Amino acid sequence: MIAFEQVGVTYPGQSGPALRDIDVRVEEGELCLVIGPTGAGKSTLLQAACALVPHFTGGLLSGRVLVAGRDTRDHRPRDLADVVGVVGQDPLAGFVTDSAEEELAYGMEQLGLSPGVMRKRVEEVVDLLGLGDLRGRPLADLSGGEQQRVALGAVMTSQPRVLVLDEPTSALDPAAADEVLAAITRLVHDLGVTVLLAEHRLERVVQYADRVISLRGDGTAFDGPPAEVLASSLVVPPIVELGRLAGWDPLPLSVRDARRRAAPLRARLAGSIALVPTAKPGTGPRSAERAPVSAPVGPASSSPAVGATASEPPATAPLGAPALTVRGLHVRHGRVHAVRGVDLDVRAGEIVAVMGRNGAGKSSLLWALQGSGPRSGGSVRLAARGDGVRLAARGDGVRLAARGDGAHLPAGDVDPATLRPSQARRCVALVPQTPSDLLYLDSVHAECEAGDAQGQATTGATRSLLARIAGAVPAGAHPRDLSEGQRLALVLAVQLAAGPPVLLLDEPTRGLDYAAKRRLTQVLAERAAAGVAVVLSSHDVEFVAGCASRVIVLADGDVVADGSTRDVLVASPVFAPQVAKVLHPLELLTVDAVRAALAGDAMAAATR
Amino acid sequence: MVAVAPAVGSRSGEPTPGRDSTRRRPTGRDRSVHPLAWWAWALGLAVAVTRTTNPLVIGMLLAATVLVVVVRRDDSPWARAFGAYLVLGVAIIAVRVAFYILVGIKAGGPVLLDLPSIAMPGWATGVELLGPVHLTGLLAAVYGGLRLAALIVCFGAANALANPKRALRCLPASLHHIGTAIVIAVTVTPQLVSSVVRVRRAQRLRGQDDRGLRSVLACALPVLADALDRSLALAASMDSRGYARSQSGRSDARITAALLVSLVAAALGTYGLLDGTSPDWLGLPLLAAGAVIAVGGSVLAGRRVRRTRYRPDPWGLPESLIAACGLAVALLLAGALGMSPDGLDPSLSPLTWPSVPPVALVATLLAAAPAVLRATDPGAVRSGGSR
Repeated sequence: MIAFEQVGVTYPGQSGPALRDIDVRVEEGELCLVIGPTGAGKSTLLQAACALVPHFTGGLLSGRVLVAGRDTRDHRPRDLADVVGVVGQDPLAGFVTDSAEEELAYGMEQLGLSPGVMRKRVEEVVDLLGLGDLRGRPLADLSGGEQQRVALGAVMTSQPRVLVLDEPTSALDPAAADEVLAAITRLVHDLGVTVLLAEHRLERVVQYADRVISLRGDGTAFDGPPAEVLASSLVVPPIVELGRLAGWDPLPLSVRDARRRAAPLRARLAGSIALVPTAKPGTGPRSAERAPVSAPVGPASSSPAVGATASEPPATAPLGAPALTVRGLHVRHGRVHAVRGVDLDVRAGEIVAVMGRNGAGKSSLLWALQGSGPRSGGSVRLAARGDGVRLAARGDGVRLAARGDGAHLPAGDVDPATLRPSQARRCVALVPQTPSDLLYLDSVHAECEAGDAQGQATTGATRSLLARIAGAVPAGAHPRDLSEGQRLALVLAVQLAAGPPVLLLDEPTRGLDYAAKRRLTQVLAERAAAGVAVVLSSHDVEFVAGCASRVIVLADGDVVADGSTRDVLVASPVFAPQVAKVLHPLELLTVDAVRAALAGDAMAAATR
Repeated sequence: MVAVAPAVGSRSGEPTPGRDSTRRRPTGRDRSVHPLAWWAWALGLAVAVTRTTNPLVIGMLLAATVLVVVVRRDDSPWARAFGAYLVLGVAIIAVRVAFYILVGIKAGGPVLLDLPSIAMPGWATGVELLGPVHLTGLLAAVYGGLRLAALIVCFGAANALANPKRALRCLPASLHHIGTAIVIAVTVTPQLVSSVVRVRRAQRLRGQDDRGLRSVLACALPVLADALDRSLALAASMDSRGYARSQSGRSDARITAALLVSLVAAALGTYGLLDGTSPDWLGLPLLAAGAVIAVGGSVLAGRRVRRTRYRPDPWGLPESLIAACGLAVALLLAGALGMSPDGLDPSLSPLTWPSVPPVALVATLLAAAPAVLRATDPGAVRSGGSR
């Protein structure tokens, strides 16, 4: 259906080709998954399949791409509109009309379908994707997940034979993502639609794939059945990692497959799981070394909270005094009651993940915690900047430019909403959903200098933080040219330069590949170990399982669950990570935990 | 009147015993009136307003227009913008009067205010600044300003009642591309505003205070980059969904010629129609001829565009009645002007108190009638439903 024949793509001004020697055939009715690290050319490959490369993006295309027998060299994207449907990363950017129903019909109007056919197809797609409640509403008012479903629907109404989907579920919560993926697989199985799909979070889609194209990062690619390709791929979902660890062959791709083979592993782990608490301290990232540094967080470090949370998996630092206290927080946006009476205590050194459906109030909560978002009731108190922070700052080589600055801040607990922006950022840092909104200068170096000045940190503080978070980032590069992970790191460094004791992150994993997420997990663990309280919102259960020590689930603005990551995630059918599903009833969430448990088992066997 | 729905119906659409289902349109509870019907009604009123200088008649028509808008508009931004047109109307009257006082020709009638006149240098002979303000001239300025203001309000009413985006969907296939461009331009503005809000909010997180050139620059770069990214994404999306698919790239000379001729005819015809003193052939006949040529060219152009329209707004009895109201108002006043000009053109020399001719009363009631065609508000029904 789609044939790439010796395809190479070179963009103008680039030293090397973005893609080269791609030789892949995607057969009719296949669901083909495109994987690879960030920047490996996934989007380029997808755009080549719908003729946007080279007709729209420019660049040089060598070889040829045939889609349903049409050569993209002499067919523009619009000439392929009846056979290829495209959904991009940001649904809102692709909308032409302003109401959902008109958007669904737009493509068909362009194709000149008769009104009767259009009416029927719109109704079918509305049922297929559950868009009934959205049809008359303005597109701009919909939540991200709803928008993505409309965007998918708008493509499906044209009944294309090929669907090209670039991270269609990246903005969706797990349940909504499953819904969309179920609809896609139904199209594949019932109608024989060919799907070319790029996705970072493989755990969601790999089980549905018939073929995987893996981009190596140097422009070349190899393809084959999923199990074969994933055996040697750079990016793999946790389930494959578990399979590799357990030595399963062929690798299982779905929870069901893995579970059927996991009985021996479960039995082995069940024996060693008793050892897990003793094996735990070693698994955390350098918590033992850092503990002395962050120990003097305050007199509260010996409070009962420490005892209560000592057995939690990634709790790496002893918890300190409450850094953030929220009582009865309400947020209203016009008629929408986004947050309803949330009570929350976050202690220094804690990483709290806020999860929940799209539109559950996660972003509203974070912005209200930061102080600049609307708040219609309740109180938010930040503990005064204490010793823990200064210690954290020393650990980074950051000095506050003038110690006397602290005098500008009110003594004791403060309400962030009462602070000026320049004061607030030294008490609480927020990384918003689109981190690039914070960047406005033309080079990484200039951003770092501005970060130092605004954060009242010593010269070079931001730069050294950036180096710690992201490794080498070219100082002269334009922030827009950085990869998603590097851009997030830059914003994180800018925001952390002021040494805030509370760090808030709104959906930080969007667009990050596994390596970048692992890096982010490490960075956050280091911050937490240094006494920073971290609150993040995320849909990414695997990331949360590996990163957070505590999980709060919001539904319609209410807190419906609040507990240790293990307690909340293992019990939930929606939020349980793959490893937990495979090893149920064992309470292990990540491959690292399994590895540690196995190591503990081996050690115990050796000593026996 | 057939289309007047029972007064008990309410905007919320709750089932009421008085409203039986056979009277309701089959297309759903929130069916809006075809936008072109509102435009026809507003155009009729605009023509009527230009037929008269009688401030009472214009005021009555204006009141009818405002009444209909207040009763029938929905809660869209377009509808909320109607107030701006009223303000604009008042401003027009004020400007007109100010100009009369400043440079108007001061003659006739009693002097209201004896301002000193300022002599102009030789190159501007004939122009007199200030000078005595005469009642006749002042009234002429007010009447003229009122007429122009009423025209503007008619336009505003059409915009408030018929979402311009929906109206653009009624464009013939040949103008589809222009329509799409306008729709996108209209959509981009709120997006830009929300983008600015988002970026400013994010930048405050960096500790940036809101003032000064620096913060404007800091905001402009991400917003512009965002706008550029978004427009590229939109163009890519439209392209891959088949936009402009059938355009072959070459233009047809016949279409261009037809467009030009019809435009000229429309311009001259509109002038003829609105200016009561021009010869008869310059009005409607020319306009009609222009329309015929335009339709012909449009059909020709439309043949080259293969696209269809999803759920076009139906044109039913209410639409016909609303359009007929506008047309009737225009015809009534035009006819009345032909038969007895005195009532509609009150004399300024000698000054007479304007009277309300009976025909104007009928016209006003007709103009206000759309307020109750498919009743939405019980209170409004009583006030307008007397006929």
